[in-house]
Amino acid sequence: MRIRGAAVAVLAAVAVAGVALAVAAARGPSAPPTFAERVRSVAAELRCPVCQNLSVADSPSELARQMRGEIGRRLNAGQAPGEIRAYFVSRYGRWILLTPSAGGLGLVVWAAPVLAVAGGGVVAFTVLRRRRRRIPNGDEDSDEPPGSEPGGADARLTGEERARIERELAELEEVP
Amino acid sequence: MTGEPRDVGPAGSSAPDVAPDRRWRVVVAGLVPVVLIAALLGFGLGRNPRDLQSANRLEGREAPGFELRDFRTGRTVRMSDLRGHPVVVNFWASWCADCRVEHTDLVAAWQRFGNQGAVFLSVLYQDTTDGADDFLAQFPADWPNLLDPGGRTALDYGVTGVPETVFVDPQGRIDHKQIGVTSYPLLARELGRMLGDR
Repeated sequence: MRIRGAAVAVLAAVAVAGVALAVAAARGPSAPPTFAERVRSVAAELRCPVCQNLSVADSPSELARQMRGEIGRRLNAGQAPGEIRAYFVSRYGRWILLTPSAGGLGLVVWAAPVLAVAGGGVVAFTVLRRRRRRIPNGDEDSDEPPGSEPGGADARLTGEERARIERELAELEEVP
Repeated sequence: MTGEPRDVGPAGSSAPDVAPDRRWRVVVAGLVPVVLIAALLGFGLGRNPRDLQSANRLEGREAPGFELRDFRTGRTVRMSDLRGHPVVVNFWASWCADCRVEHTDLVAAWQRFGNQGAVFLSVLYQDTTDGADDFLAQFPADWPNLLDPGGRTALDYGVTGVPETVFVDPQGRIDHKQIGVTSYPLLARELGRMLGDR
């Protein structure tokens, strides 16, 4: 039953995403960005070297202002945003990019969330499967922990085990 | 496990036999990510976010060319004209306290190595010519002082603040970049080596 509910939720999410994409496609391409927007777009991806956690686009510092000026000059000269980013990387290192690269040490930043979600999924799947196996009669919908259902604990004991428990309890009672 | 006979061991020992093993697995599974995240945080938070790694980035590469005007003489200086000479490019500003600190050392190095072929250039960084004139009246410097419109040359040299000093060898490659105050021993060592290599 729960699996069916989850499937319905996933289908609903896919349907909503599809409708959103269709609406976006129907509206057609947006207007081309202005020159200031193009400068800001490149500057927003660069770290202001003399600030704490501010992009070149957002920083009021003189150095950021000069960097925005250089971005504008290079855009006017026909350079692509990637070429301008490469110029700043060649001068200041990869550190200047606000978005970590998808290679080398930067790959850790990209892969860690995916690995964490996948690992969590595996753990959740394993735990749920083990828990379901413990429930007698395969009642998938039961929320009760193992052993709490009526007669659950006794039902999982074999006759041999029950006899042994009784024998050892009796031995314990005999101990002075 | 359901319905299968289990070896429960001696009386009272079944739980301690199984539970500690499982408990340890849970503890280890929980500790590993915590330790990894703590190590990552320790590594990241233990570093100065303003400590740029650009200092040595340009070393060994060809010095970016420039053509800048000396704001006192009006003469234009081209980096490309200086091949064959070791060049000291000092980025400075009149509002920079550390620039006052290093000025005496720069003058001493200029007096010793200037007549041996070393070229000294100062590039004004985010400053006005009025402020620079006042500074130079107080702390004279007999080498070219260049204007850098838009800070383009400073960006080309990966400058983030002043003072910064770039040593360019006679072949036109960046030999060393000093972030922060330079000193006479550093200037003498670098220039002595580059003049000896010529």
